[in-house]
Amino acid sequence: MRSSLIVQAATRLLVGLLLLFSIWMLLRGHNEPGGGFIGGLVGSTGFILYAIAHGCRAAREALRIEPQTIAVLGLGIALAAGAFAYLAGEQLFTGQWLFLGRTEENYGVPLSNILVFDIGVYLVVMGSVLTLVLALEEEV
Amino acid sequence: MAKTDTSGGPLGGPAGWISVLIPLILFGWFAQHLPAVAAGEVLAWQWDWVPGLGVSIGILLDGLSLSFALLITGIGTAVTLYSTSYLGGSPHYTRFVCYLMAFMTGMLGLVLSDNLLTLFVFWEVTTISSYLLIGYNADEAKSRRNALQALLVTGTGGLAFLAGIILIGAAAGTFQISAIEATLADHPLYVPILILVLAGAFTKSAQVPFHFWLPNAMAAPTPVSAYLHSATMVKGGVYLLARMNPSLGGTDPWFWTLVSFGGVTAVFASILAIKQTDIKQVLAYTTLMALGTLVMFIGVGTPEAIKAAMTFLLVHSFYKAALFLMIGVVDHGTGTRDATVLRGLARAMPLTALVAALAALSMAGVPPLFGFIGKEFMYKAALEADPAMVWVVSCTFAASALMFAAAGIVAWRPFTGRLADTPVRAHEGTAPMLIGPLLLAALGLGLGLFPDYAEALVRPAAAAVAGTEVKVDLYLWGGVNTALILSLVTFAIGWVLYLIHGRLRGWLLTWKSRFDPGWDRLLGWVAAGARWQTEVIQTGQLRRYIFVTFATLAIVMAWTVWRAELTPSMTLGDDIRIKHWSVLLFITAGAALVAFTNSRMTAVASLGVVGVGVALVFIMFGAPDVAITQLLVEVLQVVLVAVAMLKLPHLNHEYVKTLRIWDLLLAVVIGGLTTFVLLTVMDTPFDLRLTEFFEENSVPVAYGRNIVNVILVDFRAMDTFGEIAVVVIAALGAFALLRGTKRGTQ
Repeated sequence: MRSSLIVQAATRLLVGLLLLFSIWMLLRGHNEPGGGFIGGLVGSTGFILYAIAHGCRAAREALRIEPQTIAVLGLGIALAAGAFAYLAGEQLFTGQWLFLGRTEENYGVPLSNILVFDIGVYLVVMGSVLTLVLALEEEV
Repeated sequence: MAKTDTSGGPLGGPAGWISVLIPLILFGWFAQHLPAVAAGEVLAWQWDWVPGLGVSIGILLDGLSLSFALLITGIGTAVTLYSTSYLGGSPHYTRFVCYLMAFMTGMLGLVLSDNLLTLFVFWEVTTISSYLLIGYNADEAKSRRNALQALLVTGTGGLAFLAGIILIGAAAGTFQISAIEATLADHPLYVPILILVLAGAFTKSAQVPFHFWLPNAMAAPTPVSAYLHSATMVKGGVYLLARMNPSLGGTDPWFWTLVSFGGVTAVFASILAIKQTDIKQVLAYTTLMALGTLVMFIGVGTPEAIKAAMTFLLVHSFYKAALFLMIGVVDHGTGTRDATVLRGLARAMPLTALVAALAALSMAGVPPLFGFIGKEFMYKAALEADPAMVWVVSCTFAASALMFAAAGIVAWRPFTGRLADTPVRAHEGTAPMLIGPLLLAALGLGLGLFPDYAEALVRPAAAAVAGTEVKVDLYLWGGVNTALILSLVTFAIGWVLYLIHGRLRGWLLTWKSRFDPGWDRLLGWVAAGARWQTEVIQTGQLRRYIFVTFATLAIVMAWTVWRAELTPSMTLGDDIRIKHWSVLLFITAGAALVAFTNSRMTAVASLGVVGVGVALVFIMFGAPDVAITQLLVEVLQVVLVAVAMLKLPHLNHEYVKTLRIWDLLLAVVIGGLTTFVLLTVMDTPFDLRLTEFFEENSVPVAYGRNIVNVILVDFRAMDTFGEIAVVVIAALGAFALLRGTKRGTQ
């Protein structure tokens, strides 16, 4: 399937932007609209666009890892994030926070297993959607 | 069956000696509790398993469970030792041992459980392991078929039993057997409980008309037949009846059902035993007879009858296991089990002959063996079995006489006379194959001579079944009484029956069994019914599935709205402005386009328009997160459907036109009903407690201002984890499906 030159040229710009945007969506999710689910969807549209422009094989090569592996990996990360709370002596999936450079009026850089969990969600959504779309496109 | 003489090392290798050691150690452990239990103690251990459901793992060691536990582990040791030689070195020996150990676990759990639910779990473990063991020779179609038959019959009974357990739990308020205090006879649920529990017990213990699976189960290797299908598993049903006797027994329905089913099974089975030419089949039918007799005497329910049943339980387990194992040695040593061929084996197989003689004498009920005592006490109990004395005595008498003849067929004829030609030159079995049967046969003689030792087990067992103390005094010689005279007549008739058994068999062979072909016909009907309903329901058309699903939804919603008499106030509020109306128009236009277009691509794109409109609604009412998600999902959906569409055949416009009116109608109905319900929902004031909780706690507890996301990844992270797991499973499933069809079409 050959696509038009315009799509190919635009894709070169858009894919990078979409991926960057997806990560931004993921990271801001806790305070602003966004989050792992939306981020994952945006990220997958980036690769889908790439697949439409350059073919599925190229998209798979760009991904480097099989999309289903990404999905399962994400599930594992989410579980590990939840289990981390258990190791810390609390119930599964309880939030654990670490604020780097915390001051009176500023939280500093917040690190948490919640973020790791959200990254897991991101990977699950992106991996699952790509698994489906790439398999479908290759089938056709 | 003579598969192998080459075992993989001594005692069949590690799998062999471990499998012997485990039951042996357990036997020792149970035996050490014998003095305490014989003294009337009941030992109990208990710990919670699923406290929320009232399921606890409780062990109850009283006379009844100890008797069974000793039989299971004792005969288990003999059987596993035997198997090391019988099957050792066969390629699947380790697997066999695993199945056997699984069965032993299940059986021990079954008899030791103090909780009906755990009892049921172990009950099913025995059913499944029995299936695996019957089907051990899995490359034979007959084995597979018979294994499946046993599984289906006992499994169906097991389901009925489960329903019975649940009713017992409801009636008694507890699942703990020892805590069911009063009898349930006066409870309104008594008759359903009785029917369901008896269905479980009768299928497991192969009572007529569910008996047919047991002779077929003889497709299993001989040690399995000796162990599961005579000494232990098939007695599971008997155990259940005995265990439930204090709470379910003592009523007229109980008495008449058990006495009639047990009696019919005993007589019917012992007649069929004479018909068989395969010695193993003869034994299978005599096992049925024993099970019928046990059920009958438990049904009679007098202390005498229970004493007789418990004594006969031990008697039967000893002689029947010994005989089955003996058959295996004969089969191994001669290559055949045909009663019409085997003659004069006594000289070639002296030890086997000794086993056969002792066990068969016990089976025939000849003094001074333990079997004689068992039979005497059965007659004694039968003579007092009001109000069905004549029936019980007749059944016991007929079964015992036929048993005498069967003992002759199994153990007299094959060993006496001139040595006949057999496929393999007759030779004696190996030591591991003889130790077990010899011990079991000797036990039959020893307990006959010194019955006081058996009392230690029979007394607490009978007490557990009766629910009260039972006086047990076993003796060999009780003076000249009616029971003794009956015994003598039994021997005479039995002897005559043995002499004419050839002619009898010829006559019986004209009978055709209707049960086994009937089973095949039943399965045929089930398969035909399944095929029919699959063709009707599973059309394979996605359109049809979706239509049916939504039509069902519409009917259920309409029904609910009508029943609840919902009437919304139909007020829309004041804050509906022009922008809201325009979005509404946008969505409606999209939906109308979907309904009327003739192009698939237009339809999908229009559906996307509807989705975008919905996203606009979310934005207007302050849910940007949901709006973004909605938008992305819509885009992806259009892409996915568009890709899939390349593969679809061309649309048949004429055909679509005939369907469209119905789809449109359904869509309008669903939309109308949903609107109606939502308007009703708007009328009820919102419960804001959850909203307030999240608003208050989102920042201080979870350090996040985006409440939706905080709920997703923190407050309800467990739910989210479940959801993403579903996403992965769905994606992998679809992936496998797509790849599968791809390979299929190539």
